[in-house]
Amino acid sequence: MAVFAGGLLKIGVCVKQVPAKDAPLAIVEGGAWIRESDIGFETNEPDSFALEESLRLKEKHGGEVVAISMGPERAKQTIKEALAKGADRGIHIADDQFFKLDPLSSARSIAFAIKDEKFDLLLTGLQSDDQGFGQTGVLLAELLGLPHATIIMHIDIVEGHLKLKRELEAGWFQWVELPLPAVLSIQSGINKPRYATLKGIMAAKKKQIATVNRASLGIVDAPTQCIERIYIPQKTKKTEFITGQPKEVAAKLIEKLKHEARVL
Amino acid sequence: MKILLITEQREGKWNKVSFETLAAAQQIVQQTKGSLTAVVIGKDVAPLADEIATFELNEVLLVEHGLLEKYTPDGFSLALRQVIESAKPDLVLLPHTYQIRDFAPKLAASLGKGMIGDCIHYRYENNKLIFVRQMFQGRTNADVVFAGDAPWIATFQASAFRADLATKHASGKAPLNSVSVDLKPEQIRTKPLELFREAKQAVDLTQAPILISIGRGIKAPENIPMVEKLAKLLGGEICASRPICDEGWLPMDRQIGSSGQTVAPKLYLALGISGAIQHVVGMKGSRTVAAINKDQNAPIFEVADYGIVGDLFEVVPALIEELKKAH
Repeated sequence: MAVFAGGLLKIGVCVKQVPAKDAPLAIVEGGAWIRESDIGFETNEPDSFALEESLRLKEKHGGEVVAISMGPERAKQTIKEALAKGADRGIHIADDQFFKLDPLSSARSIAFAIKDEKFDLLLTGLQSDDQGFGQTGVLLAELLGLPHATIIMHIDIVEGHLKLKRELEAGWFQWVELPLPAVLSIQSGINKPRYATLKGIMAAKKKQIATVNRASLGIVDAPTQCIERIYIPQKTKKTEFITGQPKEVAAKLIEKLKHEARVL
Repeated sequence: MKILLITEQREGKWNKVSFETLAAAQQIVQQTKGSLTAVVIGKDVAPLADEIATFELNEVLLVEHGLLEKYTPDGFSLALRQVIESAKPDLVLLPHTYQIRDFAPKLAASLGKGMIGDCIHYRYENNKLIFVRQMFQGRTNADVVFAGDAPWIATFQASAFRADLATKHASGKAPLNSVSVDLKPEQIRTKPLELFREAKQAVDLTQAPILISIGRGIKAPENIPMVEKLAKLLGGEICASRPICDEGWLPMDRQIGSSGQTVAPKLYLALGISGAIQHVVGMKGSRTVAAINKDQNAPIFEVADYGIVGDLFEVVPALIEELKKAH
């Protein structure tokens, strides 16, 4: 394993493509997954913080950023956006049935596909806005035999090791140190992700995306869990919807808060 | 079903979510006619093991080692792997805390197993455990089942179960046994340093009877004074979901949710908040929730008593007008 010692830093960053935030969610018959045909997709927002952090580390220490994404053909768009923001090249692990994988199988596939890259740092977002397993980074560390830390709010590289600020619960933080290479899951809000510039978008056209077919990796899938059904949750609370013109609903709401709920 | 419950403590103090998961574990044991063992892990944590032994359990395992004094993912995974391998449970349950999500997937993978994380509920049907977790930021639920052989590992979200429903031991105390684990300093690659808090908590939102909370729907910091005006008229405090504090539009100490404060005011008015699970866990105990959001499918309406589907930039000024009239 290459050891970074003030030289060039080789960073891999995992970026996932997920349904757009405002996409209407319809569930396919049987509840296996959502209907993907008429919705838009975007880069998973938590991953954009990991990408930004990778780019800043590269700018500070020199090196290379490789954007890695697994998913169907459309997932390439997410890699292209990362390239436009400044990543140097991409790895697309192609799989049309990616959504069916459990967290361990996904992580195994990524670990297998990137094992020869020997990254100094591998970054992920905290979790995905679709399945939200929140396990990929931790699993990659275990599978690649690397140390890890999650919910990272600050990264310093000091004399070849990492000094990290981790967020704990209820307003607490902790500093931890880790040797390199390592895997880090980045907390959302650590930075302000940049927008791609026109120059960046043009430059991205010349950058390479290597495609590996997940099936060709030769991994025997042994699912540890499976999703039986996805469904819209039944409401536990009965919501009274107030309708009308803004003036009307405002008056009605205040009336109800005062005399029905008696909280004003 | 033989269940192993892994509890969480830091510096000798419980993470209270441990007792919620205990209540869940007791329920599952009752339904599956199994046994329940609780694990207390750390250094000098015997008093905590003693305390949890007063609950309805078959056994308490005390796992102590000098290298477990401070939490590290390597130390805790290696130690708990040995505990699981010797106890041979069918199901391992953990509270879904920041610490546990940091190591539990690794622990599971080191055993060649998967983890179903952040569950809000379970069902026991036809001799099968079905775990329910949220997806798409709370817009859908999913029923998830384990495949393959035990041990199976699952975590339960904070406030998914009520800690006060955990039952005490019928005849005094559960037997307490120490388990020794083999750990070497060189196996632990993380060096944990000091714990600290960033800023002193200027406002105690937990004490405010009325909270007006803003989310992404507020669009820009220039729109916050309008909400402050509303808060003043209602006699409430202003707070927000995480993205607003991440942007720096409101200070971090006004953040409600899993990484901020947990509140239960008389009235919680949610403006332009979609209601992602990370936010909802911090406010779902509120007595009355009113929500204004332009998306009628926003999950915030799942926990709202009153809902207005509409543009907050039209409704909030109308509310201000209406309240001014009354003054």
